Amino acid sequence: MTPSACAPPKETSHYQLLGHPTDLAGHLRTLGPLPLPATDGRAWGDWLLRALQASGLSGRGGAGFPTSVKLDLARAGGGIVVVNGMESEPASHKDTVLLTTVPHLVLDGAQLMAAACGASEVLVCVPAGRDRVADALSLAIAERRAQSHAATPEVVVRPPARFVAGEESALARWIATGLSLPSFRPDKGVPLRIGRRRALVHNAETLAHVGLIARHGPDAFRSRGIPEEPGTTLVTVSGAVALPGVVEVDRGTPLQDIVARSAPVDTIGAMLVGGYGGTWVGPPDFEMPYASISLRTIGASAGVGVIVALGAAACGIAESARLAHYMAGQGAGQCGPCVHGLPAIATDLTRLAQGRPDPELTERLLRRLTQVEGRGACRHPDGVVGMVRSALRVFAADVSAHQRGAPCPQWNDAPQLYLPRDTGG
Amino acid sequence: MSSTALWYSTRASGIVALVLLTLTMILGLITTNRIRARNWPGFAQQEIHRRISMIAMVVVGIHVLTSVLDTYVNISWAAIVVPFTSSYARFWVGVGSIALDLMAAVFVSSILRARMRPSTWRAVHWLAYLCWPVALAHTFGMGTDAGEPWVMVLGTLCVASVGAALLWRLRATGRRGPVGQQSAPSPQAQLEPAGARNLEPAGAVNGVRRDA
Amino acid sequence: MIRITIDPVACDAYGYCAELLPEAISLDEWGYPIVNGAPLPPGLVAAAKRAARDCPRRAITLREKKGGS
Repeated sequence: MTPSACAPPKETSHYQLLGHPTDLAGHLRTLGPLPLPATDGRAWGDWLLRALQASGLSGRGGAGFPTSVKLDLARAGGGIVVVNGMESEPASHKDTVLLTTVPHLVLDGAQLMAAACGASEVLVCVPAGRDRVADALSLAIAERRAQSHAATPEVVVRPPARFVAGEESALARWIATGLSLPSFRPDKGVPLRIGRRRALVHNAETLAHVGLIARHGPDAFRSRGIPEEPGTTLVTVSGAVALPGVVEVDRGTPLQDIVARSAPVDTIGAMLVGGYGGTWVGPPDFEMPYASISLRTIGASAGVGVIVALGAAACGIAESARLAHYMAGQGAGQCGPCVHGLPAIATDLTRLAQGRPDPELTERLLRRLTQVEGRGACRHPDGVVGMVRSALRVFAADVSAHQRGAPCPQWNDAPQLYLPRDTGG
Repeated sequence: MSSTALWYSTRASGIVALVLLTLTMILGLITTNRIRARNWPGFAQQEIHRRISMIAMVVVGIHVLTSVLDTYVNISWAAIVVPFTSSYARFWVGVGSIALDLMAAVFVSSILRARMRPSTWRAVHWLAYLCWPVALAHTFGMGTDAGEPWVMVLGTLCVASVGAALLWRLRATGRRGPVGQQSAPSPQAQLEPAGARNLEPAGAVNGVRRDA
Repeated sequence: MIRITIDPVACDAYGYCAELLPEAISLDEWGYPIVNGAPLPPGLVAAAKRAARDCPRRAITLREKKGGS
């Protein structure tokens, strides 16, 4: 274990997202008041910007974009702050946990961002069908309204429950027009818009961190995690573990330490890190710190805080084929390479899992992976390509066996990875 | 120019315009993104469609000009763009001016194509589907040469070829389907045995899990 | 330095761009364009402008990129 990853938390630092009271009174008692400016303060906005810069907070929604930079781009009056609680990643549960147990922390973060960029509205996005979360949020918002705690009006909205609906430009477009479709954004420096107004879209966990950093200061945040990637991160652990769920860990904690807390039931053969569009990691890399700076060395990134543990007895190729099929069906249907390429890749992977490859399969699969990557409007196809590439690498032994025509003995077993029934929203 | 010469010019340019407009329609109809004929570049087809439509516009211009300049019948300048205001053959000249107005709209929309939303441009361009039959009606409604056998044969050929191109277009587009559909049926069922275990973390275990 | 950008949402695989500019644009197996990332040589700029103008879906834009981005 690298020293920076297991540095013990300082005595004075109690930085944590989870475990605070859910009700507003308890929340304020434990964490203190919300440090909003008394008057419309450009200077206050600058202070928050500097605090976020100093903290080194980056987005917890998957892209890992520096939060202060995103705020800087959106600072013009009259905009909208959007809380992305969509959590379309099937293996992720952290935003649901946050929004049901510490909603005020997330909403406080949204209020702070709204004040800093002059927004006039906070929209909280929860997918259609996830009524438990929506109800918890509505309750919290009602509490805040009753106690005049929220300066900027907060409203819950319910976009469709499709995977791509959680992508930030798709969210902005849905709010503006009702169409849940990502936009092509070649220039990320141009801020998102909802109609004519600027939109600042942030993952729920990112905003929760903002809510804490504004109260405890950037140093408290930096006291956890590693210098290159400070703070804590919420990770959903699932798969071959006895205690699946959401844990809060220092960023940079080794992967196997995170999984150990959830009591693996089996020898772990591989871990899927970062979500279903993330990366497979094999046993030689189980000690790797959960941080993009380390994962980059094996072509991965932290993505969304997700680790799925695959038992050694399961077949990674079969599971990857199922994932690829699921993800192929979850695109927006706008871009040819994604619409045609992902099902083709999934089909070839299936053939491999069933031990029915043709001689050109490998060459065709690799060619298509390269062709599809980077040619969609959003990062959806890139995630799938990355996942499949890592599967071919980590499960190379299985690939060789299947190429020789041996079907996977496990592919008739119950699937290890959870896939939601498509609600067709 | 004598009135007779003008009159012949009007009739001739009218027939030629109809043929050119028919060609334009056919070329426009067989433009689709899926069919790749060997050695026939798609951009060239688009280019020819444009150029023939320009020539058609010029010939329509001659047709309209000569009809107004011909003093034998009274068709005012205004009547060529404002339907049903001509003193001569009010109805059928009116039909012609409708066709002209529609053609002008299609033309202008294509000139300004870069400045409008693609859906707007397409909506205006599809006025061509209205323009062509109206122009055809005007040709035969005016009646001057409509009774001639060769004109009737020509008219039938025009209708038949546009009809064929339209049918082809409908079939080609129908087969393609919207981009949103997957190109191959998903064999997902083969990989997902019945009773897939739901591993969603129920009653999510949260809370602080620190080592020390 | 001119760079070709293709909007994948607007693109409908007409393929005119690949016909007009085969040196820079090729088609994948489904008919969608792949732009080779190299900067456009000056001799091809006219063809690129024509490809952008002729695209039925207006999916192509040409951008000025300073230096090696």
